[in-house]
Amino acid sequence: MIAIVDYGVGNLFSLSSSLRALGMETEVTRDAGRLRSAGKIILPGVGAFGDAREKLDGTGLVPILREEAARKPLLGICLGMQLLFDRGFEYGEHPGLGLVPGQVVSLREDLEDRTLKVPHMGWNSLDIVRDDPLFKYFRDGEYVYYVHSFYARDCGASTLGVSRYGNVAVTGAVRNGNVWGAQFHPEKSGDAGLRLLRAFAEL
Amino acid sequence: MLARRIIPCLDVRDGRVVKGTNFQGLRDMADPVDLAKFYNESGADELVFYDITASAEGRSLFTDILRRVAGEIFIPLTVGGGIRTLEDFDRVLKCGADKVSVNSGAIADPGLIAAGARKYGDQCVVLSMDVKRVDGQFRLFAKGGREDTGIDAMEWAVRGAAAGAGEIVLNSIDTDGVKQGFDLEMLDELAGRVSVPIIASGGAGRMEDFAELFTHPGVDAGLAASIFHTRQVEISALKAYLKELGVPMRTQVRPS
Repeated sequence: MIAIVDYGVGNLFSLSSSLRALGMETEVTRDAGRLRSAGKIILPGVGAFGDAREKLDGTGLVPILREEAARKPLLGICLGMQLLFDRGFEYGEHPGLGLVPGQVVSLREDLEDRTLKVPHMGWNSLDIVRDDPLFKYFRDGEYVYYVHSFYARDCGASTLGVSRYGNVAVTGAVRNGNVWGAQFHPEKSGDAGLRLLRAFAEL
Repeated sequence: MLARRIIPCLDVRDGRVVKGTNFQGLRDMADPVDLAKFYNESGADELVFYDITASAEGRSLFTDILRRVAGEIFIPLTVGGGIRTLEDFDRVLKCGADKVSVNSGAIADPGLIAAGARKYGDQCVVLSMDVKRVDGQFRLFAKGGREDTGIDAMEWAVRGAAAGAGEIVLNSIDTDGVKQGFDLEMLDELAGRVSVPIIASGGAGRMEDFAELFTHPGVDAGLAASIFHTRQVEISALKAYLKELGVPMRTQVRPS
């Protein structure tokens, strides 16, 4: 079973239905026992970093997530990925979960071309920089769907894939041990996204 | 590089797609779920559903359709039509919509954009506007383009973006249905005023119209209904054509 962490952030409809469409058993839950018995965990999220971190803290699940991430695959999506890093700088500085090295910073501040629009919203191609089982059914350069204004930087060797936006290489996918992250929305990235989720489910 | 987007729009009344549909090979050419699946397979980058039903019965049919589409199509879905309150946002988001398009509802209650953006994020709120030239001014129209509000459309767009609209759909009443191309003058004016993504609507008749549209750097996406429904323009062919011209397009790579 794949547990989707329910901490009151974002719409989980399409994530659940995409996993169901792949024939995967899923459960949207905030129950520590269910996260412990799950085969894999997905940490979703839409919104602002600090607010999401507070809500996640409010569930009391942070220690459980840390423990479980050491023994089973965990995938953070969008803001859920951003929370995996050391720190986030959206409306002030906030601590992340520290499961993947890196920090989450303003895309606008790093873009040299001021005419580029922020949020970075729409389809961008994902260039694979390090091969990984997550890309088992995915081809280098396929398009994925992004919606975000902050992005992860200084991720070092954890970076699996990037998307070019102006002068910035937007961190699209990361991995550190059992922990994966996708800045884009695989559940909204058509067939390519479903294939990534299938590869994650098969890990 | 970010791709330009091609977006088919489905107007749904009483559970059926309206506007000349002339599909062959589909089980039911006016069935929104079938049509959505067809567009998904053709490479549409996003789908827009407008609920143009007046009755409560039609509305519940619409949400049922939305739920079925969202359960099978994994690309962004925008839903509009009759969005007047946060409860309306909630209703369609729960059925699987990713973005909510507001038009007359925001004109009646300008606080709706900010309220929606605060609760669901800027990326969730799409400001859709019907605009027509009146006395040398771009004028905002309400109620499906039937009522002149007297409001300057460009100022309305600036206010909407400032309030938190994450995208703007600009539908030119002057070019809508004429099939002589998008309203580039109106679009350029808007692009000079706001920095949120702009979706062009109204006037597409041929593939060349999209090619011309995307020579304008401020425009992110092209939206159309009947030319796609009638298959006068095939989305897969359109995207291949634009890509060939050097327009960044999402193309589907299917691993063998």
